[in-house]
This record gives sequence, structure tokens and C-alpha cells, in this order.
Amino acid sequence: MSKPILATTSLAGCFGCHMSILDIDERILTLIELVEFNKSPVDDIKTFTKPVDIGIIEGGCCNSENVEVLRSFRKNCKILISLGECAIMGGLPALRNGIPIEECLHEAYIGGPTVQLNTDHILPNDDELPMLLDRVYPCHEIVKIDYFLPGCPPRADLIWDALVALITGDPLKLPYEVVKFD
Amino acid sequence: MENIVKQIIDKYGSDSNRLMDILIDIQEEFGYISRKAIELMALTLGISQVDVEQVITFYHFLSVKPRGKYAIYLNNSVVSYMFGRQAIKEAFEKEVGTTFGKVTDDGLIGLFDTACIGMNDQEPAAIINNKVFTRLTPYRVREIVRHMREGRELEELSNESYGDGKNQHPELKAMVSSNIRRKGMILSDDYKTGKVVQSILPEMSPEAVIAEIKHSHIRGRGGAGFPTGFKWEFCRRAKGEKHYVVCNADEGEPGTFKDRVILTEKPELVFEGMAVAGYAIGGEEGILYLRYEYRYMKDYLESVLDKMREQNFLGSKIGEIEGFDFDIRIQFGAGAYVCGEESALLESLEGKRGEPRDKPPFPVEKGYLNFPTIINNVETFATAVRIIEKGGEWFTQFGTEDSTGTKILSISGDCMFPGVYEVNWGFNVEDMLDMVGAYDVQAVQVGGPSGTLIAKDEFHRTLGYSDLSTGGSMIIFGKQRNLLKEVVLNFMEFFIDESCGSCSTCRNMPQVMHNKLLKIINGKGVKKDLTDLKEWGKILLASRCGLGQTAGNPIISSLKNFHHLYEDLIQKDKEFDEGFDLTASVKESCKFVGRVPNFNHH
Repeated sequence: MSKPILATTSLAGCFGCHMSILDIDERILTLIELVEFNKSPVDDIKTFTKPVDIGIIEGGCCNSENVEVLRSFRKNCKILISLGECAIMGGLPALRNGIPIEECLHEAYIGGPTVQLNTDHILPNDDELPMLLDRVYPCHEIVKIDYFLPGCPPRADLIWDALVALITGDPLKLPYEVVKFD
Repeated sequence: MENIVKQIIDKYGSDSNRLMDILIDIQEEFGYISRKAIELMALTLGISQVDVEQVITFYHFLSVKPRGKYAIYLNNSVVSYMFGRQAIKEAFEKEVGTTFGKVTDDGLIGLFDTACIGMNDQEPAAIINNKVFTRLTPYRVREIVRHMREGRELEELSNESYGDGKNQHPELKAMVSSNIRRKGMILSDDYKTGKVVQSILPEMSPEAVIAEIKHSHIRGRGGAGFPTGFKWEFCRRAKGEKHYVVCNADEGEPGTFKDRVILTEKPELVFEGMAVAGYAIGGEEGILYLRYEYRYMKDYLESVLDKMREQNFLGSKIGEIEGFDFDIRIQFGAGAYVCGEESALLESLEGKRGEPRDKPPFPVEKGYLNFPTIINNVETFATAVRIIEKGGEWFTQFGTEDSTGTKILSISGDCMFPGVYEVNWGFNVEDMLDMVGAYDVQAVQVGGPSGTLIAKDEFHRTLGYSDLSTGGSMIIFGKQRNLLKEVVLNFMEFFIDESCGSCSTCRNMPQVMHNKLLKIINGKGVKKDLTDLKEWGKILLASRCGLGQTAGNPIISSLKNFHHLYEDLIQKDKEFDEGFDLTASVKESCKFVGRVPNFNHH
């Protein structure tokens, strides 16, 4: 049997969840033995080159590009995992959800106290830029998500255990300390 | 302003437990509760300003912003919509020149939505400065608003004839109708006020009263059905310097209005019942907790109490019984459904936010101000008088074995004769529909939104604690109604509005379920949404009170009994659809930055 293939991406996240993946430390050598990476910042492959078994998503969707990437993950991956608070709930970026988009853009580019150089009051509107969504969406409100790994970021051990469980088919160990509410 | 606020605080003995009364009086005096008034209250009552503010913001009828010289609260219950609310709303908005939730610039008129005001048999109805206006039509709306602009008195605005029965009483003069369509032991006219307290209690010990109530097997009429005799016995046995009798008249379950009718037509019976309870548990003080929607009854009920005091049916040494002192005062809520839950009601009575308490201890041990307290429904107290008059044995001949006596039903919706019907327990739904002239019935909501929505194949079921339990609300929906869109969605919005917010389950889940239902109604639903709704609804059972536990019932019960309505709406060919629309979601930001949405080059 060939090695399972893994892909990862960070959408509207801070890359903290990816850092947590790296936090599995020397086990990353074992991971490379166990799986093959495809599209991922880990190996810098930009586009899918073959069908993937497991896709890991960090971050929610705040713009049109996030949506495109997420949809391409759904299309190319058998299993999708929402990794961390932002992918699952929208997280910190979703704090803007109660504020009208005009106000957000105005604060960022025109009226905010740190805006000094933009004297012409230019709003980013180049056709090449992704378009902002009306609010930040958790991934499962855009595509079907199969598994959710909570945390901000999820602990490296949790990521490791979940991946091993998925790859080996063994049940994931979920002791009380992991699932307790607070 | 300061002096008036001070006078109001003085009137209630500068007692922070009476904060609700103080706030209501200030609200009525000024049309809102100002910052200055809040500061003054906090200072005088010895509580913090946020303590005052959190109470104000909890209740629908209290406000920190002016609500207008005329504050119009238009009922938004489902039956109101069925009888033309939309046209009334539009007429108000057009004539007043503002939208709901706002006050006109000149501060004259404010328009607000409000949950069921207990007028389901005479909708659409609104409350304007504590007066109830029933059976509104667009013409009446225009007339009322015109008269407000002309500066006429509220009295003149209600220039229709008054309602039936006691609604014509000089202290009441309400255009509300009682619509009593079937009488039983409570609504009949064969009881002479005072008979029990004056002629029967002198021959009975308090223990004997409790024994008689227990023998009757009467259970609480508010809906939960706890055996009344046991409640009284527990309270009598509970140690405490004082014992309280509280009458729960916070009739908030949409579609219920029988307590309004009992209090209009038979208030003496209710008050006498409270006195009987006071005698039984050894309490001297009774409180009628009346929902603010029924504020128009205040003067009338006070006059009834005065008259009963004059006749020594209340006061000291009632019925010449040494030591039988009992009096009643009326305290109002301020618009919160959850205060019908007894421990939330107690919190509200003590001048706090109406958030349910953790139980145990139960109110019979630690109730009002931590003294042993019984809380019973209006109808329960009224019934207790007849039980003591005629005996528990007599009472058991009515109804069924596990549900003795009669039940007063509030029947509304698609039927010829909406109103109040007193029937024996054990009545079945089919007979009920025939009794009220309901034809081509699609569904009946038994027990209000927190109850069950039943379909034709269950109309043989009977009303009683072991089958279809109900506090009295019966709403009938004809074939022409869109159950999910018109009914279930409306009920879910009600629960979202009325959650006290204490438990995260009830604060969030009704909103989540509502959104899912909306998605299904909009044709974006898939099979998984139905299983999600069923499974997620169970989470609500972890809530602290009955409101939270039943807040998903409109969906859970319709999903069970009207599954085909949901099945018809979901997409059969899709496994997943969250209804996300990329084009629509980028529209706003693209417009603001000045670019044309382009989805081609990613």
C-alpha cells in the first residue's frame, strides 16, 4: 500500500496551528516516513498534483481566495479536518463580524489612528486582490468538514494522535483532560 | 425630576427588594429611566448602578431611552399574524412615519413589537400606555394615530364600546372581551364570595384544609402539574419566621389568556383561594405577581381587594378566627416570559433580573426573601376555594383518575368561536375542535410553543396530565397555514427573544436551530440538517429551567409530527449544502472599494 497523502493550508489564520504541527518535534521524521506531503506550506507545493487522502485546514474564510482554496481542498481531499479555533468558529478574525464591512475598511485604510501614509485615501481595489466577504465564515459553513480538532492552537500531541489514528485506523484516545470543558 | 424619583423610592420604603415597583413607576412617570434616576436609585437603595441597569435591560417594558409620549406595543404572536398583523404594522408605520423599534423625532409616538399579550381571541391587539386596544384594523390605526396627534386623551382614543362582562366595570373600562363560552365550577356564578373563609374555615384546622386539598388530587394548573396538596404541606412544615403565598399571574405562554379572564370575572375567587392557602400554610402575606401586559387591571383589582378587606374576607381575624390574618398586595412584572418560571418569578419579586434559581432548595423551603413560599397558578387558587367548599371527594367526580376537576382552556386560532372554555379533564381534541367550530384543521398547538404540535392522527388524544398535558393554551391551525414558515419560525423567534441568557444552551441553541430551519425553508436544506436538528435539540435539556429545556420544542415536535413538511423542502440530490453564496457575500465590500466582482482568475 502506498503512503497516505497529506495536504495542509492556512486560510484566515495566523499560522499558529502550522507551528503547532511543527511542534511534534522529532516525530516529524516519523511523519515523513508515514505520509507523503502534497500541497502544503511545509513543502511549498502550491497546487494539488494528485488526489490527496487527508486535508488539514487552518483558519476560516474571510475572502474569496480562502473560499476558492477551501473548495479546492474539498475537491481534492478524501477527508477534511478543521484545525483550531479559527477554522472551527472563525476565531479572532471573526471579531469583525458584528461590524459593518464599510466601517472595517474605513478604520483600516482611512480613519484609523495608524493610517498616516495613505493621504489619498486609497482603498485596495486591484482586480488581482481577493475580495472581502461580508463576514468571516467557519469552514464548515462553506464545505463539508469531516473532523474538528479544537484548540488555539491544538496541542501538537493532539494533532499527532489524530493523524496517527486516521492513518492506522485505530480509535483516537480522548482522555478526560482532552475533552473537558475548561 | 429628582423629587419625583425620591418620592417614588420613599413610597416603597427605600427597599431594594421593591426595585421592580420603583422602576415601573419611574418608567410610567417619565416614559424612560434616566441616568440621573439610576444614580439616585443606586445611592438611596444602597446598591450599585449596574445592579439597577441590569434589571432595567432585562425587562421588555423598561427602558433607558424615551419610548415616546405614546408607546405602542403591537403583539407579534403567531395568531396576531394570522389575523392581519402585517397590515396593522404597515398602517402604523405609514401613519406614524417611523419604523418599529423607533420613536418619532418629536418624541410623540414610539412603535415596538411585543410578545403575546394574552389577547389571542381578539387579535391583532396592541398595548398603548397600559391600555389594551383589541381587534385593530388599518382604519382604527389611522384614527388612533390621528387622535394622538390632535392631543386627545387616551380615554378618548379607546372610543369603541367596552368588552363583555366585568370589562365594563367602572374601574376597568377595557375594550377587552372575556369571551367565556363554557362554564364550570370556577367560571359559574353559583359561589358567594367569602363563604369559605367565613363559614367553613372556622370549622377546619389548617391541617384539615391541606388534607382536603390532597384528597381532591388537584395538580397545579400552570402546566407543570405538581400536586397542590403536597406543595402546601411541604411549605407548612418548612421552618421560617414567615410564610408567603404567591399567585403566579405571569401568564406568558403564547396563546394563554384564561388567567386574564379569571382575574377579570372571578378575582374574588382567586384572592379568597390565596387566603385559604395562607390559612393552610400559616402565612400572613400574599402577593399577586401580575404580568405587566395586564397593568390595565390594576385599579380594578385594587378595588376588589379593598372591598374584600371591608367585608373582612381579607385583613385581620378573618372569619373571626383568632390569628387568621392575611392580606394581599399586587406586584407587577415588566415583560419577561421566563418570570413565569417560579424561581425566576421570585427573583423578579425581589427586584432582580428574572433568572431562574438553582434547585434545590425549592421555594417551599426557601422562596420569597428566603422564606418558605408557595407559588400557585391563578386557576389553582380559584379551584382550591371550590374544593374546600364542597369537599375533595366531590371534586374527584370531575375529570379523570389522574387529572381531577376542570381545566380552563384558552382556545384561539382558526376557529369560529375563540375564547375561554372550562371543561372536565379527559376532553379529547376532536371534541374540542367540534366544540369551538374548527373545520379543516391541519394542526393544534397544545400547551403553547413549549408544548406539542399535533396532527390529525392524534386528535383522539385526551387532555390530562398522563396524555396531553396543558396549561390551557390551544392554538388551532387550518389547512391554509404554512406551519413551518408561519408558526414554527415565529415560535423559535419567541424563544430566542425570551431566553434570560443564563445558560449557554438556551442562549445559543434556539438561534442555531432557527437558522437551520430558515435554511431549510429557503430550499437549501439537506437530509443531515434534519438529523442535526433532532440531535442538537437534545442539548437544550441541560438548561436550568423549563423555558430552556423546551425552547427547541417547536422544531422538535413538528419534526416528529410533521416530518413530511421538512422532507418536502430538503434537497434530495445533495449531501451537503450550507447555503453559502460567494457572489452575494462579496457584493458589499466590492461596492465600497469600487470594483466589479470577478471570480475568473483565481
